[in-house]
Amino acid sequence: MLSFILRRLGLSIILLFLISFISFFIITLTPGSPYPWGEMNPKISPEVKAAFRKKFHLDLPLYQQYEMMLHDLFTGELRSMKDDLPVMKKITDRLPATLALNIMAILFSLSFGTLLGLYGALYRGNWKDMSLSFLSFLFIALPGFWISYLLVLTLVKYVGIPILGTQSYGIEFPNHLTLWLDRLWHLMLPAIVLSLAGIATQSRYLRSSMIETLRENYILTARAKGLSPTVVLYQHALRNSLRPLITGIGMLLPSLISGSVIIETIFAYPGMGQLGYQAVLERDYPILITLNMIVATMVLLGNLFSDLLYALVDPRVRLE
Amino acid sequence: MTTTEPPFLEIKNLSIGFSANEKVIPAVRNVSLTLNKGETLAIVGESGSGKSATALAITRLLASPPAVYQGGQILFNGVDLLALPEKELRAYRGGRIAYVFQEASTSLNPVYTIRSQMAEMLRLHRPEVHNIDAEIIRWLEMVGITNPKERLKAYPHQLSGGMQQRVMIAMALSAQPDLLIADEPTTALDVTIQAQILAQLRKLEKELGMTMILITHNLAIIRGLAHQVAVMHHGSIVEYGPTEEVLQHPQHPYTKALLACIPRLDEHRRRLSTIEKELQ
Amino acid sequence: MNLESPSQQLWKRFCKNKVGVWALVIIIFLTLIAAATLLLSWLGLPWPMNPNTTDLSQKLLPPSQLHWLGTDHLGRDVFSRMLHGAPISLTVGFTTVLVSLSIGVVIGSIAGYCGGKVDQCLMRLVDAFLCFPTFFLILTAVALLGPSLINIVVVIGLVSWTETARLVRGEFLTLREAEYVHAATILGQDSLKIITRHILPNAAAVILITAVLGIPEAILAEAGLSFLGFGVQPPQATWGNIIADGKTYLLEAWWLILFPGFAIFITALAFYLVGDSLREAGEKK
Repeated sequence: MLSFILRRLGLSIILLFLISFISFFIITLTPGSPYPWGEMNPKISPEVKAAFRKKFHLDLPLYQQYEMMLHDLFTGELRSMKDDLPVMKKITDRLPATLALNIMAILFSLSFGTLLGLYGALYRGNWKDMSLSFLSFLFIALPGFWISYLLVLTLVKYVGIPILGTQSYGIEFPNHLTLWLDRLWHLMLPAIVLSLAGIATQSRYLRSSMIETLRENYILTARAKGLSPTVVLYQHALRNSLRPLITGIGMLLPSLISGSVIIETIFAYPGMGQLGYQAVLERDYPILITLNMIVATMVLLGNLFSDLLYALVDPRVRLE
Repeated sequence: MTTTEPPFLEIKNLSIGFSANEKVIPAVRNVSLTLNKGETLAIVGESGSGKSATALAITRLLASPPAVYQGGQILFNGVDLLALPEKELRAYRGGRIAYVFQEASTSLNPVYTIRSQMAEMLRLHRPEVHNIDAEIIRWLEMVGITNPKERLKAYPHQLSGGMQQRVMIAMALSAQPDLLIADEPTTALDVTIQAQILAQLRKLEKELGMTMILITHNLAIIRGLAHQVAVMHHGSIVEYGPTEEVLQHPQHPYTKALLACIPRLDEHRRRLSTIEKELQ
Repeated sequence: MNLESPSQQLWKRFCKNKVGVWALVIIIFLTLIAAATLLLSWLGLPWPMNPNTTDLSQKLLPPSQLHWLGTDHLGRDVFSRMLHGAPISLTVGFTTVLVSLSIGVVIGSIAGYCGGKVDQCLMRLVDAFLCFPTFFLILTAVALLGPSLINIVVVIGLVSWTETARLVRGEFLTLREAEYVHAATILGQDSLKIITRHILPNAAAVILITAVLGIPEAILAEAGLSFLGFGVQPPQATWGNIIADGKTYLLEAWWLILFPGFAIFITALAFYLVGDSLREAGEKK
């Protein structure tokens, strides 16, 4: 068990190096100027430019730049090229909002995905299953920005409910509870839009895994014992179909972060996605690389966690 | 004539089909069988002959759809199981009519321990048992499992195939059912293990006076255990009678062909017989 | 006797699912419209109107008999712009899949056929790619390279080959052990021939299905890029950039959001449904 975790952590570090390498070279090898003021700005003297290049190690050969980048990344000395603030500070400012949004979206994906998948498997082949299937493809095919705008349009224009940002402004909250409820409400809509695709993929995976399980002989045994359909379903079948649900915990994250770039922009939600989009617009390399590394670390930890969880659920799985 | 008790189990004109592409394909046609208490009935036939479908139909275990119960009655102590509501039927499943299936390795739930799977059965059908562990151990011993106490915490994949089948049998018996239906209980096992399981069943038949239905195509099982034999072919019973009679004087060409497939020591043959597909 | 080839069987089973067939009809219809639009504007007869003719006196008009789907902030006809956006979306969809498929098939084949160390290294590379937030990576690369049709296609393709590679590898690992592959090996055929003649044709169904499912992903990714201003650049109309232009007028001109988004949605949905229906047809044995 311990050796498994250590080995996986070792592998994760190798993967992280690979990821830092890929992101560094994608970002630095593409043409374009890194200067926050643009390449051709005549007001900037060559000395200022040289100082900037020196500060961000742009005068060094690429491999040394990569080395310096790794060094600064791990010592937390990486600074934003745009405003010279430490990258870590900029990101940690955004982290709570992003975590709240993504955890909520994962919860939605897993719970509704499981529910829909379960019913699809139970009614497989008949019209209920077909409509659920259709619904899940509908969710996957919905462009996130489109559905967000339609929601914003209808809710703001026709219903008049505040939904943008993390909380309503210009209102005095009588106590903490109402403030938190207001924040929760502001979290809800982006989280739902963000989780639509996740709900759909989860339900597809769970459905097929459940259908396979329901064909197993031990399900017949459970029925032959005289157990009620509920017990057969939830105790005997579901636990054997949990694999997609558990792997989902780690694997949903990258697509959620991707989705949050757009969703956070639309809902004016100050998370890491918005920060990333800003950084792309401003070509702020240090932020882009750090963001990729943080997401990758979260994904790797999520995968490790889900493997451990899976070993807990299925005694046949040995951690090796 | 006096009013007698109804027969233990009486299947009357049972017909079952499977729906596929809006057609219903017949699987069991007009099957009638009678079984008295303490007797063992063997149902023989090749795969697809409807023998397993008949056995599963007794407590309506065939999932519907695709199965369609087209007609007939299954009277168990006079109660028609086909007409019983699902909820009442569940008391019969496992409790009064227990099953043992062909492949023990896939018939036990891989994520639960032996103890939890057997305890489930006891809690459901014998709520009066207080010391569940002791009862489980008793039954595990009964089917010849050594060190039963240590097996309680084991998961199915940690046991051998023969062991798994013994656990299945112990689990089925622990509810003290009136009827045990074993669907090819030895087919998936090695020959030596088959013999052990057979000996076990024979012992149970004697000691517990268990009424059994055995689905098989193993003649050794029929000879050693069955009082009556029903031969099924293409969903119908083509021959039905006391074991000795059927084996000595097979009437139906299919039964003759089936018996001819068995190699015998007192015979010199160059090739084993096969059953022709066209044989109707 | 069943004398149909596997592809005929797949087609026959595919036809049994009405949803899939309807989705295919929609795709064919869209492709024809896109082709006709291209042809007409190439002939100098843009139909129904020139998508780039601006007329500020006609700006932000709601749908009417003249402008079926209204006009945008420069008075351009939204319906015409949407028709001219269709070829872009479909081109992105099809060509991106060609890129990602070729990378995925090559890497998957090598990993699955060679096995061992090679397989391990390639799969770690796949693992690394799976840790990236894909869309964010695409956005970064396209933003840095400069948004053009070719850059978008190459970048999306370069980032989305992993699923194909994994599936092809899986097929190869199974097919490598097939009797006829052993036979070919024993007969002394070289590896390339074994891969192209004996293994790949048998993995064709899996490859086709991932290809079809990859198309809507690419279309949605391009729409997202367009929306953020990094898609195919104006004045060329795309479904994404009509919405991007329209977002400023969200509260006044709902038609700038509703119709192009619906087009993206229906197109993506149709491809997903065809892909799923194919997958199901391939599964039933």
